[in-house]
Amino acid sequence: MDFTFWDILRNLLLGLQWTLLLSLVAFVFGGLAGLLVLVARIAQWPVLRGLARGYIELFQGTPLLMQLFMVFFGIALLGLDVSAWMAAAIALTLFTSAFLAEIWRGCVESIPRGQWEASGSLALSRMEQLRHVILPQALRIAVAPTVGFSVQVVKGTAVTSIIGFTELTKTGGMLANATFEPFMVYGLVALGYFILCYPLSLSARYLERRLHAPA
Amino acid sequence: MAYAFDFAPVLAQADLLVKGAWFTLQLTAVGTLLGVAIGVLGAGVRAWRVRPFDALFGLYVELIRNTPFIVQLFFIFFGLPALGIRLSEWQAAVLAMVVNLGAYSTEIIRAGIQAIPKGQLEAAAALAMSRFEAFRHVVLQPALAKVWPALTSQIVIVMLGSAVCSQIATEELSFAANFIQSRNFRAFETYLLTTVLYLLMAIVLRQLLAWLGQRLLMGKR
Repeated sequence: MDFTFWDILRNLLLGLQWTLLLSLVAFVFGGLAGLLVLVARIAQWPVLRGLARGYIELFQGTPLLMQLFMVFFGIALLGLDVSAWMAAAIALTLFTSAFLAEIWRGCVESIPRGQWEASGSLALSRMEQLRHVILPQALRIAVAPTVGFSVQVVKGTAVTSIIGFTELTKTGGMLANATFEPFMVYGLVALGYFILCYPLSLSARYLERRLHAPA
Repeated sequence: MAYAFDFAPVLAQADLLVKGAWFTLQLTAVGTLLGVAIGVLGAGVRAWRVRPFDALFGLYVELIRNTPFIVQLFFIFFGLPALGIRLSEWQAAVLAMVVNLGAYSTEIIRAGIQAIPKGQLEAAAALAMSRFEAFRHVVLQPALAKVWPALTSQIVIVMLGSAVCSQIATEELSFAANFIQSRNFRAFETYLLTTVLYLLMAIVLRQLLAWLGQRLLMGKR
């Protein structure tokens, strides 16, 4: 079977859709889970704080590939049939939640202590303080690094090709084998990621200048 | 049916895991030395706007930082032979790590250079130092000291990222894990132990780099 350039491009675009979808799922659910990890990480109860620290350390200190394998083979042990897509989505969500929680912790801790004390003296509970006083201020600082991290999520999805999820990199691998044009195909694959990631990198830089500039 | 964990078949192959871990560390060591060297060069060229190389380094940094490591690796290993550049799996893995870390460390070290007060450079110029002498004797060490924590994290990320090199059959730690689980079918146990091994390596590497930074850059004995 012969592949024209357009066949290659069309197939790569199909793969790109899955890369995009997986990135979105991981980022949205990872963000929600990351918020929970953040709350645990800055909780007053030391056990909870320790657990959150261990969770973050585990995901920041091990390869994403191993995390994927652990989820992929771990869920299978429970007797559940897990597709590459499910394993990829779960592993990347956990990965994202750990990194975002750590990024956001830095933002929360950069809010002056006086803000905690002032809101505490207004008899707000810890959750109320976080919800009404601390997070709205931390959010402004968090926007740029969060957008910056989304680049890592998109790039992270490439590793899921190894457990057989047919996203951009996996599609590229199959096309390279079928067409014997690895130079062009992997060049196009790289271009695909660049097109997704570069605007995110640029906006992260722009937001950093906009939101970090001293008022 | 409850699953019965059995680590014995994995532990019987522990020597393969240790050997793989050792290769991963060697890859990381070579990748770090050459990658940071590129970073120093690139950061100097970018900070001093040495034309046309500053623009080239800028392009290089953006291209590498906005594409996945595994794609860079595949491009080098599968793509470059089309240009007549045929590399072994070790050479390709090292080259990919060097190219990758080179781009990140260029940006990291450049930030360190920009944090050096202007007066330092003016003082160096007043002492009749050339731009290169000022870079070498006045700027480099404090710049590296300033960004050493960021550089350390990036080196750990590169070490962990090297796990995907098993996909081009570089026989490092994750390759050893794949090999072992393909023989004993104890995938979960094998990868669990391997993950723990990576975690320990990351922790030790971070400590080691912090210690090295203290001694070499911050002048502590």
